[in-house]
Amino acid sequence: MTRLSADEVQHVAELVKLKLTAAEIELFASQLSAILDYAAQIQEVDTSQVPPTATVLPLRSIMRDDVTEPRLSVDEALANAPNRQDSFFKVHAILDGSQ
Amino acid sequence: MIDLSTLTIHACHQLLQKREISAVELTRAYLDRIERLEPRVKAYLHLAPELALAQARQADARRAGGEDNPLLGVPLAIKDMLTIKGMPTTAASRILEGFMPPYEATVISRLRALGAVFLGKANTDEFAMGWSTENSGFFTTHNPWDLTRVPGGSSGGPAAAVAASEAVAALGTDTGGSVRQPASWTNLVGMRPSYGRVSRWGVVAFASSLDQVGPLTRDVRDNALLLTAIAGADPRDSTTMPLEIPDYQAALGQDIRGMRFGLPREYFTEGMHPGVRQTIIDAVATLSDLGAHIEEMSLPTTRYGMPVYYLVATAEASANLARYDGVRYGHSAGADTMWENYRQTRGQGFGPEVKRRIILGAYALSAGYYDAYYLQAQKVRTLIRQDFEQAFAQYDALITPVVPIPPYKIGAAPTDPVEMYLTDILTLPTALAGVPCISVPAGFIAEDGASLPVGLQIIGKPFAEATILQIAYAFEQATLYHRQTPPLAHD
Amino acid sequence: MTPAYELVVGMEVHAQLLTQSKMFCGCSANAFDTEPNSNTCPVCLAMPGMLPVINRQAVAQTIRAGLALNCTIGAEAVFARKNYTYPDLPKGYQISQYELPQCSDGWIEIDTAHGAKRIGITRAHLEEDTGKLVHADGVSLVDLNRAGVPLLEIVTEPDLRTIEEVNEYLTRLRQLLVTIGVSSGDMEKGAMRMEANISLRPAGSSSFGTKVEIKNLNSFRAVRNALEYEIRRQSAVLATGGQVEQVTMGWLEHAGRTYVQRSKESAHDYRYFPEPDLPPLAVSREWVAELQASLPELPLARRSRFMAAYGLKLADADVLSADRGVADFFEATLQAVGGVVTPHKVAHWIMGDLFRLLNEHNLDRIPIPAAHFAELLQLVARHVINANTGSQVLKTMFSSGESAARIVERENLAQVSDANVLESAVQSLLAAHPDEVARYQAGKTQLLGWFVGQVMRETRGKANPDLVRQLLQKYL
Ligand SMILES: [Mg+2]
Ligand SMILES: [Zn+2]
Repeated sequence: MTRLSADEVQHVAELVKLKLTAAEIELFASQLSAILDYAAQIQEVDTSQVPPTATVLPLRSIMRDDVTEPRLSVDEALANAPNRQDSFFKVHAILDGSQ
Repeated sequence: MIDLSTLTIHACHQLLQKREISAVELTRAYLDRIERLEPRVKAYLHLAPELALAQARQADARRAGGEDNPLLGVPLAIKDMLTIKGMPTTAASRILEGFMPPYEATVISRLRALGAVFLGKANTDEFAMGWSTENSGFFTTHNPWDLTRVPGGSSGGPAAAVAASEAVAALGTDTGGSVRQPASWTNLVGMRPSYGRVSRWGVVAFASSLDQVGPLTRDVRDNALLLTAIAGADPRDSTTMPLEIPDYQAALGQDIRGMRFGLPREYFTEGMHPGVRQTIIDAVATLSDLGAHIEEMSLPTTRYGMPVYYLVATAEASANLARYDGVRYGHSAGADTMWENYRQTRGQGFGPEVKRRIILGAYALSAGYYDAYYLQAQKVRTLIRQDFEQAFAQYDALITPVVPIPPYKIGAAPTDPVEMYLTDILTLPTALAGVPCISVPAGFIAEDGASLPVGLQIIGKPFAEATILQIAYAFEQATLYHRQTPPLAHD
Repeated sequence: MTPAYELVVGMEVHAQLLTQSKMFCGCSANAFDTEPNSNTCPVCLAMPGMLPVINRQAVAQTIRAGLALNCTIGAEAVFARKNYTYPDLPKGYQISQYELPQCSDGWIEIDTAHGAKRIGITRAHLEEDTGKLVHADGVSLVDLNRAGVPLLEIVTEPDLRTIEEVNEYLTRLRQLLVTIGVSSGDMEKGAMRMEANISLRPAGSSSFGTKVEIKNLNSFRAVRNALEYEIRRQSAVLATGGQVEQVTMGWLEHAGRTYVQRSKESAHDYRYFPEPDLPPLAVSREWVAELQASLPELPLARRSRFMAAYGLKLADADVLSADRGVADFFEATLQAVGGVVTPHKVAHWIMGDLFRLLNEHNLDRIPIPAAHFAELLQLVARHVINANTGSQVLKTMFSSGESAARIVERENLAQVSDANVLESAVQSLLAAHPDEVARYQAGKTQLLGWFVGQVMRETRGKANPDLVRQLLQKYL
């Protein structure tokens, strides 16, 4: 039986930068354990000769010509920004290696 | 006063063509009805009466100038997963509250070019993750057939809007059943086109290898009309197929005599509501009467559909939803440090189902688990596709139920996610295989004094939308369930 | 480094590809020095529902680079999502070729103290650049003008053994990419950014030591300084019996030292998976052949040919083949002089006067047509002007853009070879300097040079020096 620990949930939450409450961590640990348990049935399938499906389409090499197109104005680009300074998006200072 | 309760796109078209009504009058009628019914139905997240009326005025002017097409001046509801210029897009998530896109979806541009009118943005489960709209970050939509029940999801808002006659037709999105399942639960026709048939550009991404836009309509003819309008390759979406769009209207009315249909026994699961089972048995009899040959057959990989879907869809979603970080748009928590602001913004902005899926998806992709979960899922997905390929070597279409159960009461969903995820067990394998499917009204179940719709799923081979429309139309015309209206039809 | 340890280095170079538009959208690939966020669109801002579309020219440039680096061009290349969080990465993932890169298993030749050496190229793949962060007090500012610009990432095997080899590798790589027109190579604009994987091992050992990765090295000098610093640091650790830790480091240019960015424990988990928005790239043989045919002669091949065909020395051939513009100019000049001037002389003029003028004018491109240059060299070879005058004329050509012949004519610079004119000049000179004539005649024959100089001065340098010499000898 797959058993996801609270630490593992917390580790993944940090990978995806998601703040979870202690209650959420506990809940997800048990729910995701159950889901992964159910999902474990796919392990029984012999796929040694089976290629993965990344896309169901037979398409290959879809490319565009190297031409420029109209851009947004600076104000359009920043119109939805929660925080801006001059023409920049603004975030708190990044302390190197602090993540 | 015009009766909106059974009004279809093609009926609107006739009225507009004959100048029996103007697009402005039609749009006003819908806006009035929305005002009356929305407190009870709650189908829309955002209404745009001014924009809609301006579009309607334009449509009237175009028609006066000699232009004509079936969508010119027809009011539609659009799921809030699609971007429309001038309207906010939230995907029913707090994290996108207030976001105004400076662009719009390719399918919306196509409808705009035809002169369709957009009434507003309809509710959905947050980022289309759910089966009931109960996961909307804002509110739950009610099923017009029984306001105490869910309309299904995630395209529950658009489905409820059409079922309550708060729009003539609607666009939803279907990642694992999100058009077909609410169609089935609200007595509508809902199409999931083949993956690659309709552009995803400008459609908020949930799971990129699965998402498709599909029409929710009152009848099959409308569905064909709306599909014709939105289908086709898009240079801005590299996953659209460069194929001609067949004349879907021409497929309607051709008989289905001699066609061969498969009835996959794995789709008649344990725990299926007896009313649903009986409905499908009756539908099979109807199709036989129409001259089709139907036999039981097997899709042995069916049971892997659910785990494969949840691993693949959540993995893709965990990446697709990484962009919601409070830097360029959307909610920002205003925490004291940069990384804490990322964590809190996302922790506050996303609802529990979205968080659960992001965690599951990131876990399935993470070091040490990739091969066992994500990669193995993608391999089993290949086997699921092969099942369908083999089936379509023998059959013109497959006939199945859409959902094993009728719509449940709001708040009565199982709390265990595994049990809950089983709700769309019958719509997941097709999504993984990328084949087209349609849900068409097939009858009703009486429960607690309510009449609850049940849909029939018709599955076709890739890009054979014309075939499933043909079958659905034959069935619809033989049964006429689609003409039944919910109790609030004349409210 | 201490002889007790041997250096082992593998390099990762990110080169900005020369295209008009970004990797996946229609924004400019060259407008990131302008107002912040003035070169963006919903796609490179990663707004909801936006999809990438692959830039064909970026793929072509990657394949051309791969061919020049003797790589195998993958029959199928697949873009993947590399997931990590940073404010300069709008989507929260970078689209990059991962498991199936465009180019793999190649090599590049470099010169070493022990002769030519092949450095293995593990892979060369295509990806997108991030935006730029500006750090101000208490805040970081995000500029996405550069986000999505196509990058070619070139990864070597751990084949480099000395700092000189690393420098030579980077020089040759840059030369190659610039020659084939894949990258501008403009280091100041960040067109080449480097990372070094470095380890030390006991001299003579064949296993590898613990590897340290040094990121954000933006000049060849930074690479050299960082490697020198790390060699000292790691040698000291090993010499005292310590263990080098496997870490990712940054380079502080102003402080002249590395610093730990990330320990092994906190290593990223990038959760790569194939990009579902982009079908795989299946490159046809025809296209590869077409791109192969579009490649110019590569610098090392040209160097060999210059030596074989024109009898140039290695050092001269190296200089003349390093820059495609110079090499083309050299050969065009040779063609135009039609045998009147030797290859050696042409090389001499290019590496001498011409390079000096390019330096003075701060030019990286030769501003005069090879035909004009050839004409100048012919005028000198035919004694119409002398070499000194030639240098002056070339200088004028740089500023006026006129042909050599026209300058010579306008400024009346042709050598005076008229014996009558020179005879009278010589006679009047001798008459004006009886003392010097007497000393010469008394045996101080070295004075001949002085007399020649005086005549040249009289004629403002235009006299044919050989004729002057003959005349002086006749009258003295
Ligand atoms: Mg890279
Ligand atoms: Zn852009």
